[in-house]
This record gives sequence, C-alpha cells and structure tokens, in this order.
Amino acid sequence: MTALGVAAAVAAGERTARSVAEDYLDRISAGDGEIGAFNLVLADEALADADRVDAALGRGEPVGPLAGVPVALKDNLCTRGIPTTCSSRMLEGWRPPYSATVVERLRAAGAVIVGKTNLDEFAMGSSTENSAFGPTRNPHDTSRVPGGSSGGSAAAVAAGFAALALGSDTGGSIRQPAALCGVVGMKPTYGRVSRYGLIAFASSLDHIGPFGATVADAAACYEAIAGHDPLDSTSIDLPLEPIDGALADGVEGLRVGVVAELCGGRLQAAHLVGTDAPAASGVEGVADDVLARVQDAAEALEQAGAEVRTVSVPSAVLGLSAYYLITSAEASSNLARYDGVRYGLRVEAANAAEMNVNTRTAGFGTEAKRRIILGTYALSAGYYDAFYGKALRVRTLMLQEFAAVYEDVDVLLCPTAPTTAFELGAKIADPMLMYLNDVCTIPSDLTGHPAISVPFGRGDDGLPVGVQVMGPALSERLIFRVAAALERAAPGNGSAP
Amino acid sequence: MSGAPGREAALGDGWELVVGLEVHVELSTATKLFCGCANRFGDEPNTNVCPVCLGLPGSLPVVNAAAVDFAMRLGRALGCEARGAVFARKNYFYPDMPKAYQISQYDQPTNTDGRLELPGGHTVGIERAHIEEDTGKTTHIGGGGRIHDADYALVDYNRAGVPLVEIVSRPDIRGAEQARAYVRELRAILLAVGVSDARMEEGSMRVDANVSVRPAGSDELRTRCEIKNLSSLRALGRAIVYEAQRHVDLWSGGERPRQETRHWDEANGRTTPGRSKEDADDYRYFQDPDLVPLAPAAETVAAIDAALPPLPAARRADLAADGGGAVSAEDAALLVERGQDGLVRAAIAAGADPGVAATRVANDLAVEDWAPVTPEGLAALVAMETSGRLTATQSKQVLAEMAEGGGFPDAIAERRGFQAMAGDDLAAVVDQVISENAEAWSRFCAGDEAERKKLAGFLTGQVMRATRGQADGAAVNRLLAARARSRP
Repeated sequence: MTALGVAAAVAAGERTARSVAEDYLDRISAGDGEIGAFNLVLADEALADADRVDAALGRGEPVGPLAGVPVALKDNLCTRGIPTTCSSRMLEGWRPPYSATVVERLRAAGAVIVGKTNLDEFAMGSSTENSAFGPTRNPHDTSRVPGGSSGGSAAAVAAGFAALALGSDTGGSIRQPAALCGVVGMKPTYGRVSRYGLIAFASSLDHIGPFGATVADAAACYEAIAGHDPLDSTSIDLPLEPIDGALADGVEGLRVGVVAELCGGRLQAAHLVGTDAPAASGVEGVADDVLARVQDAAEALEQAGAEVRTVSVPSAVLGLSAYYLITSAEASSNLARYDGVRYGLRVEAANAAEMNVNTRTAGFGTEAKRRIILGTYALSAGYYDAFYGKALRVRTLMLQEFAAVYEDVDVLLCPTAPTTAFELGAKIADPMLMYLNDVCTIPSDLTGHPAISVPFGRGDDGLPVGVQVMGPALSERLIFRVAAALERAAPGNGSAP
Repeated sequence: MSGAPGREAALGDGWELVVGLEVHVELSTATKLFCGCANRFGDEPNTNVCPVCLGLPGSLPVVNAAAVDFAMRLGRALGCEARGAVFARKNYFYPDMPKAYQISQYDQPTNTDGRLELPGGHTVGIERAHIEEDTGKTTHIGGGGRIHDADYALVDYNRAGVPLVEIVSRPDIRGAEQARAYVRELRAILLAVGVSDARMEEGSMRVDANVSVRPAGSDELRTRCEIKNLSSLRALGRAIVYEAQRHVDLWSGGERPRQETRHWDEANGRTTPGRSKEDADDYRYFQDPDLVPLAPAAETVAAIDAALPPLPAARRADLAADGGGAVSAEDAALLVERGQDGLVRAAIAAGADPGVAATRVANDLAVEDWAPVTPEGLAALVAMETSGRLTATQSKQVLAEMAEGGGFPDAIAERRGFQAMAGDDLAAVVDQVISENAEAWSRFCAGDEAERKKLAGFLTGQVMRATRGQADGAAVNRLLAARARSRP
C-alpha cells in the first residue's frame, strides 16, 4: 500500500494507525536482520505515536495529511531524546535535546516515526558501507549495496519497512540510492526545506528530501516538510505551490533537454528532435544499459507530447572535482566540533589537545578522515585560491550554464546513477571509483536546483534503473509532474523486490 | 588624558613608537549574536546556553538584527563606511570554542575606513570594526591555575556567542599616552552611542596592542609584537613603554625582534613570549555557508546616522564653548566620558560659574548614580561656593549629599550647620594657630617656595582642624601670606 493509501485508510477509519504501525514493525523485525536498514527501530515510540493519531481520530479531531503513515528517518536527523548517530562512533551516547524541523513537521502531519536508518558515516559515501554499524544491503539483491549515503532510508522504503523515508542529499545521497533501490527520491531546491536539525556534512550543499514508493507519495512527503523556517537563515521565505493537482497534468508541450555530458557524451540522439551538436566530452562510467533506459524515458516523454532535444552543459564534467573540494572544505569545518569536550565519544589523555587527537582518531572512519584532511588542505593558506577558490568559480560557471540552458528547455533529463546497484565491497577500496557514482547527481547539488529520481525499467542485470529529472530553482511542482508522467510510462511499473 | 607628545615617555634618541590597537568590545544586546539566549555577565555558569551557542550537531545560527544595528551605530560614530558584509568561519580548536570555529567577518566586514580623533587633536585611522561571536570562558583548576600545570579545566559557555565588535586601528598611535587616550575616547564613544558598557575590568572591553619601533622620521613598518592580557589602561601604557624599549634595545644591539604574540606580566612589569608567528594557526577562513550576507539598505544607514547621539568630541566642544574658556580640557574630557557634560552645561545655563561647576563635578561627583543632582541645584551650590558662603570642603560634602537625594544645597548646608568662616573670626583662628606653631611659622616665613608650600599645607590643616572644616582653604592661604608679609 502506498503512503497516501495508508493515510486515506486511516483517515477514513478503515484501518487504525496502530494496526498499520504493527504491520510495518512486524516486517522490520522479520526482514531487517538481513537488510540492515535501521540503526534504531523505535517500536514503542511508533506505537505511542500511532495511538495518538487513533485517539485524535476517535475524538473527531482533524489529523494531518500523513496520519498514521510510517516514516523512517536517516540517522543524521536530530530526534529529541533519541540517539542520533550519523552512523559514527563519534556521536556515541549522544541524545539531541531537540528535534529537526522536518521531524516536527512530519509529526504535525500525523506521521509515525518507525526508526532511524543507516547511512555512510556523516553522509560521506555512495554505498552505505562507510557505516560504523555495518553496511545496509539492497532489498533487490542482498549481495548488492543500496547506494548511499541514504542507503538505509532507500532500502527501508524498497523493503516495505516504511511507507516513506527522509534522506539527505549533498552529492546525490537521496537520488542515487533511490535509483539503486527502485524507489522515488527527490531533492528540493536549496532552502525549500529547513536544514535545522540535520547534522551538517557540507552546509552549502546539504538538502533534506523524501523517499517514496511512488511519485505521489514523495510529493506528499515533500509538501509536509517544505516551507520557510526562521531557524535556518538559508531557508526560502516564499509560498509553496501545491503539487498534488499537477501530477496528472502530463507533459504535453513541455520542453525537455537531455544533458549530453551527463549521458557520458555518447547519446544516440538521431531520433531526438531539435538536436544540438552532441557534446564530445562527458562524464565517465555511464553504463550502456542505464543510458538505454534514459533514452527510453526520453522517447516516452516525446510520445506523451513533450518536445525533447539534447542540450549541453560543458561544466557538468567539472562537477565532481568542484564538489569534492567544496564539500570536503566545509566538512573539515563542520566536523571540527567533534572534539570530545562536550558530547559523544571521548578518549582520555593527559591534556585537552591530546584528548582531542585521540578522540578524533578513534571516532572517525577512514572516509571521514580522508575528507577532513582533503578539506583542511583545500582551505589552507597558500592553497585556498588554487583549490577552494577555483571550485567556487566552477560552481558559479555551472550556475550560469544551467541558467542559459533553462532559457531553452523547461526540465532536464539524465541518468541518476551511472550503473545499477553494485556488489558490496566492489568499490570501497577505490575512492575515485566510488566517487564516480555521483557524477550525474552532483550538478544539482552545486546549483541548489531541485531534482528527482524515478524508477524506469531495469538494467541488464535485472536491477532497477533510475532516471533523473532536473529543473531550475523552485520548479518542484514541474519536476514532480514530469516524474509522474515517467512513472506512468515506466516499463512494468513495478519495483517491489 | 592627553595626546600631547611632550608627556610621552621618551624612547632612546632617534626612535619613534608605532602602535596599533585591536579592541574587542562586548555589545550590550539583550540576547546573543546567533541565538535567543540571554547576553548577561555574572550568571551561574552554563545557564544561558542552547543548542546553537553550544554548537550542538544540527543547530544553525540566525543573526541577531540588534547586534548588527549596534555594530553599525558604532561604525558610523567612528566615521566608517557601512558596507555589505559576509560572515566567515575562523577555524581553530580550543575547548571553549563550541564549534571549533568562531563566526567572524574576514574580508568583508561591516565597517571599514573610519577615524577617531583624540581630545588632543591627533587622529587615529580605523581600519575596520567587524562583528564576531565571543568564545566560552575556561578556568584551569589545580596546579598553579595555569594551562600547563592544571589538573583539569572548567568551561563556562554563557559567554559563547555573545556579540563582539573588534575595532582595529591603523598603526597611527605614537605613544603610550596616546594609546590610553585612544582607548578612553573609544570607550566614551561606546557609552555615548549606548552599544556597550565597555568595562575593561569585567572583560567587556579587551585591548591588544601591536607594538613596533622605527627610526624617527621614517615611514617604514618594522616587525611588530602583539601584546595581550592588558586588563587596565595602566597595564596598556606600561606594556607599550616596556615593549618599545625592548625593541629599541634589540635593534640597537644589532638584533631584530621576532614577530610574535607576547603576554603582559603585570606583577613583573614585562612582556613574555607567547606563540610565535611560525607556529601560529592557519585559521582557514571561508564564508560561513549557514549565514547569508548582510546587505544594509541605504535607508537603514541613513536612519542610523539620523539617530546617532552627539558624540564626545562635539560634546567637549559644546562644553568648552559654554564654559567660555574656563573649563579645562581635562575636566571637559572627564565630564563627557562620565556623561556629566549635560548637567554642567545646564548649570552654566542656569547661571553657575563654568570653571567652578566643571571642577566641582569632575572632581567630586565620581559616583555611579548622580541622577538626583539637578542643574538648578548644582548652580545654587556653585553660587554658594563662589560667594564664600561655603568652603570648597563643605561644598564637596553638600554635593555628595545632593547625589544621594538630599535635596537643595542651601537646605543641606543649613541642616549640617555649614557656613564658611570668614573675616575677623577666621583671622583670629589663623593668628592663634600661628602663635601655637611658632617654629613652623618661622620656617614658613623664612623658607624657599617648596618649604613654604609644605608648611602652608600643615598650617592650613591646623586651621581646618580648629574650625572643624568651616574655613575656606584659599582664604586661609591668603591670610597666611598677608601675615608673613607684615611680619616685623
């Protein structure tokens, strides 16, 4: 049952929120031993939340649009009084004294929080293997990764452990695992959803967004969490457009651009109308089967009445380098507060400076350390201009190029991830290979523009493929609408494992 | 309080002192810079804290508009340009830094390019006055209470996130006295615009001095040392003199000072080396992505300018003008610093003698709360003193009682039985004191100027004792001089 189906059934009195919660908790206890989606299952809290929803319904009080819907939270979202770990030893024993704005909003919408999901430590990774608590496995094939860093949330929705989930996306950490797990994952415009209570990885690129089994579910979840928050200075104070009514509108007359560079520079575009000169260069590693599904999706949109052409965003190939410099620089600063003084892990020593070193040595995993060191270097005196400064200029260039492209098209289409889900352990020893997972998703994190991944067929290995729809700032309604059209046209239209 | 070069301690021949000051001032906003916690000194440790000022994971800063307004008011009072500004992170590890970075302003500060004119006329350029957050406060426990031998440390985060403005002067200060005058004038401006209580002893105003020397007449800038731990104006002056001499001695001996941070050791009257620049932190400044740039509208700046109160320099000029030359520069500076210039000007307007009114308030109204003293009361007191109805000593006592809410001066004087002893009564007492202190009197009459002055003090004191303070010191002096002249 979809999240919206659950909400409707609960609101109509056909099911109690408690019975829904019990079903989901049963599925978690039966199946999560194998998948490892959760760091923490909140059974008692979920049942108490569900009982409150049922009690409110019993008193005839209005309930929110997600009444009784079981939701999983990525474990980098603060939950008051409940451990929040970022899948790191560093936050051992810490219980936040406050909840993230998105958590408060989900509760206000009637959602039932079922647990905290696994992630790559501090959201740094693309496979959920960089977790201090062990990897999460892909429900479609447990020898495969679920993607990352929000792999636990994606797997939870794919496995039916939660009807919805929240993740965070800094370089693709919602959309890439959504693609690999065959669910819908969406990243809103930077500032549309408050970051208050999201434990920072790279503040200028961190976005919170929804996972759902369907586009409509993801849209409902997005609407529940979006909107201005005075606690986040980067929050946008503009009214939200309702999404729901737009999902059935179709794509007749819409202009869709397929980004040549993000398709590896080797689109077979002969059948696409309005073709610009195909780009000679493109990102590395986009697999043929994924590319074929993107072309299928482009054709499907064309058949539904959209005008499809290829477009070029040359700076897109620079995204990966700029991304690793900017995010590592910000991370080196954001993660400096884990010093053993006030909360979390402390490894004692003779003095504060040594305690600090011992704590950070023991508390952070390899990938976090790698990025802290890279970021510290990139910001250092004498290197700032060559690294961080140059990366900021690439970001500006990319914004300009996307703005120019959006003069000609309404939305963009490209792969979400270059491949389907890969084997556990296949890339963990080779950071550069791992980083390439994010080449297609990074540009919209750098620009802050919204993007969504929607399942569209399967790869040669039978595993799900996701295609990505990107739009200009504040175009959430439009990208959900295009994603809904793709969902209707998707082959088989089933993603349950 | 003077910027006069003549009063500066002299360096060795041919050397000139070059000083720039960095002054940190806590803004007296109701709440902290990036959260709603109370900004209050002296509360129980760690009671004014929240997830934001503790830097808890997931928390985000939101800038306090009042702090920006305060900083801009100060900047405009210093003649700075009000500019679009960007908050940056200054990264370094220290246990009293909750986030392991301090949110400050780096290459785009709120205020730039101002100036501060000292009462003596010298102008010191202001490079910038930027906004930043304060850190927590660490107390080292055990051992000698110093960081190196302490058993453990306690951190109070009440101060973490308190809004600061750092005012950075250009290296335009040429002496220890000028440095002190600069800090006093800056403090007067801070109090006048009402943005800080600027108390050095409570740490709400902290001064670091960048000191170097150069051959007189040169315009080069030589290696400087930054002197920290200057907790009073006296310490500031002594430290600058000490450090400058140290540099002169080094240069004269063919050596050069190392660029380093040094600490003022008040007890031993010297500076000691701290961190040297070679192992100084690289702060890795970058724009704080959690905050948006400040872009003050032209109307906002205009409104701040329009609302600025009269500043100390203008107030001193006004007082001098009202005083018609009778108010000394020292008294004027002191009165403005204490905010008592309005009282004195109003008393002058009500007919008081300007010089006496200014001196009486400057010397004898150094109290926290002098609100009960009205201009009319002060004018009446001054009139009683100038007409000889009260001695200077009596006048001081009456003023003190007025400040405590005692009412009008004639009523106080009457209640206390004050009236100046004058004429034949006073002459009789003076003659009696002369005859009872024959030896002192002989030495007074025969002595040189210094001796005479010393003995005049003694003899006047005897007269005061005999009259229980009801004699006017000046009148006694006049009588003593007259008796000496007419001595056979």
